Amino acid sequence: MALVTLKPYKEPELYLECNNISPDAFAGKTAAEISELEVREGKTRVLLGDYFEVSGKPGDTAEETDIHIAGDCSRIKYLGTKMTAGSIKVDGNADMYVGGWMKGGKIHITGNVHSFCGIAMEGGEIIVDGNAENYVGSAYRGDWRGMRGGTIRIRGNAGNDIGTFMLGGTIIIEKNAFIHVSTHAEGGCVIIKGDVEGRVGGQMVKGDIYVLGKIQYMLPGFKKIGTVEKDIDGVSASFNHYIGDLGERHPRSKGKDIYANLFVMAS
Amino acid sequence: MAEIVIKNGFVIDPARKINGDVMDIAIRDDKIVEKVGSGAKEIDARGKVVMTGGVDIHAHVAGPKVNVGRLMRPEDKLFKSPNAQAPYRVESGFSIPSTFKTGYDYARMGYAFVMEAAMPPLHSPHVHEEIHDTPIIDQGALPVFANNWFVLEYLKNREIENTAAYTAWLLMATKGYGVKLVNPGGTAAWAWGLNCLTLNDPVPYFDITPAEIISGLIETNEYLGLPHSIHIHQNSLGTPGNYEITLDSFRLAEGVKANNRFSRDSVMHSTHVQFHSYGGDSWRNFESKAKEVMDYINGQKNITVDLGCVTLDETTTMTADGPFEHHLNQLNHLKWANTDVELETAAGVVPYVYDKDIKVCGIQWAIGLELGLYAKDPMRTFITTDHPNAGPFIRYPRIIKWLMSKKAREETLESMKYTDKVIDATDIHSLDTERTLYEIAQMTRAGPAKALGLSHIFGSLAPGMEANVVVYDLNFNDMPDDPEQIERAFLRSSNFIKSGDIVVKDGDIVSHGNKRTFWVNAKVKENPQVIRDIHEKFLKEYTVGLGNYTVWDCLAPNPYVIDIDVEA
Ligand SMILES: [Zn+2]
Repeated sequence: MALVTLKPYKEPELYLECNNISPDAFAGKTAAEISELEVREGKTRVLLGDYFEVSGKPGDTAEETDIHIAGDCSRIKYLGTKMTAGSIKVDGNADMYVGGWMKGGKIHITGNVHSFCGIAMEGGEIIVDGNAENYVGSAYRGDWRGMRGGTIRIRGNAGNDIGTFMLGGTIIIEKNAFIHVSTHAEGGCVIIKGDVEGRVGGQMVKGDIYVLGKIQYMLPGFKKIGTVEKDIDGVSASFNHYIGDLGERHPRSKGKDIYANLFVMAS
Repeated sequence: MAEIVIKNGFVIDPARKINGDVMDIAIRDDKIVEKVGSGAKEIDARGKVVMTGGVDIHAHVAGPKVNVGRLMRPEDKLFKSPNAQAPYRVESGFSIPSTFKTGYDYARMGYAFVMEAAMPPLHSPHVHEEIHDTPIIDQGALPVFANNWFVLEYLKNREIENTAAYTAWLLMATKGYGVKLVNPGGTAAWAWGLNCLTLNDPVPYFDITPAEIISGLIETNEYLGLPHSIHIHQNSLGTPGNYEITLDSFRLAEGVKANNRFSRDSVMHSTHVQFHSYGGDSWRNFESKAKEVMDYINGQKNITVDLGCVTLDETTTMTADGPFEHHLNQLNHLKWANTDVELETAAGVVPYVYDKDIKVCGIQWAIGLELGLYAKDPMRTFITTDHPNAGPFIRYPRIIKWLMSKKAREETLESMKYTDKVIDATDIHSLDTERTLYEIAQMTRAGPAKALGLSHIFGSLAPGMEANVVVYDLNFNDMPDDPEQIERAFLRSSNFIKSGDIVVKDGDIVSHGNKRTFWVNAKVKENPQVIRDIHEKFLKEYTVGLGNYTVWDCLAPNPYVIDIDVEA
């Protein structure tokens, strides 16, 4: 694997939109060419090199390219947008849209991420050691085609609207989440290892949610149908099994209605 | 005095029966002239095709329902909104582009005039605000009449003179261009949760039938002598088996003569006929009736049509046919917006994905093209997509490609999942017709200009006409084997001169032009009863005062008003 290192040396006055920081955009280029890649600061065109010192050399393909950002990206948006392979590691925080529309490869953020992390993701892996704000793995605003594949792991807390319109893939929140989990989802799996305040599975058609802590306010559209033993992300426990959202349309398969499943750890 | 000469292009101008002659086209200021001086700016069109600017007779490009679509579908803009290039405005959206993108995209394709196809009268100020914000292209808007309480009440009593006086007033009040009918009676019935699916279903409360509304408005239109005929979106749109209702509506025009001073021969423009040429009695046995419908139109000379071709894209449907949009939402479960416009109309908006791998969509695609290929008179058959209902207007070049190239049609047909089923349900596979550039110019320029009563300024390159001249990178004598090149050439013109102003160069916008708003001011003899009715209805029924209803002049700051004196 070939490593490219970006070292931030100047704080942008606005936020930088860096769709171009991805193994796909870097592959096959020299460090000098990477410095010349265009990014946006508000409505102004700037170059990656205006804000980052670029060193090392990428591989010929995205798959052979690792990117290490040796510093904080709190004012950097769109890291790894649409990336298909390779990896990005950030020493610190990142702003919105980390790994949006990502198809493959791996992103590791050692700090926190802002909203829209893994939005409409199709494949690959995102790991955030800190917290995430809102819209982890959700669909783009207005779109009914959300996350389709891949894995997002937030080791800290997450905000609201997790997995909206999710169709596939896995989202793991290791601590607590606020409200709106898997709203409108038609597939995929969300695991919340801490507590959730409420609105879990609203208008959910298909898919699974696991809550290993407590749900403060259950939605009335979910009905308990039994108790099951499950081994979820390294935790073996007994779960209350609910189906729902009973207020939503549901597909039929082999003569049976298909519901979404909500598993809440039995206390 | 600005002079331009477009030199040595292959000129295609069906209005003068010119088909590919190598000629110069001279422009002085905003008009085409015989000759210009030696100091004129020269544009070299050698080896390229030269036509007059395109005329779009039917598109939904401005106003509340377009804007509801924009608000409801932020995802329509995703990755489709490139950064602005100074001094031009940012362009955003695909099926419901921003006003700026709308103007720029039409201009890149060489279009000079676009008719907004359905203006809710109460919201006409919004329509005009958006038209004003759409650069370059000239535009008009058709207010909707066929579910309007005044019209229903007058026509129920067969009061043509009163309908005409009200129509003239509404055109003036809304700065409207002509008489649009959308699902006559059906949209009014929708206020009761009902619809009118045949021409004889009575409208609840008003007790009038769609057939009576259509006939009454044809009569009204010809009484006033408006530049355009009635423009109708018929009942039962998008329903298997609806072609018989379509033919029934056409028959209402039989024997009616056009009365106007604008060289218009038609008395009915039937829009997006693709949606109205369906056979079968369910989506299972859904099939094309394009031949039956076009056979009738071929023989009935006082009807014009536009195609409403399905382009196999993800798009946004929007129509004043409220019940239809509800029906669509029940089919696809996507987002649905619906509104009722008091006393006048209604509207709905639903996103739609015409997937080439769904059998029904493939058949719809074929029907639109079959109609375009079966048409015997390209002067009465116009290319549209009912933008954005069957697809966005930026696909016109793709439709031209399909109509001009059997190879292109076969490629699309072959790429479908249900090719054989589409072939079984349509004639598309056996149709060998390939439209010529001359016919395309009829279907996109000369024809629609004549149907709109605008053939004295648009639709031809004759001296005296508006200086709208477009150059396409196509060699008339050596057309490309690769049909993709046809689409590319029509999508981004080499040059487009709009009203004497060079607005496009090598496919890029280079000027904001001087757009105008066309509307029709029909002066009728003062009609005290209608004036009293208007005052009374506004007092009793409307939520707005009459004084706040009329479109202010400042909303159409660059008007082109067509005055008509209606003889008493
Ligand atoms: Zn329409």
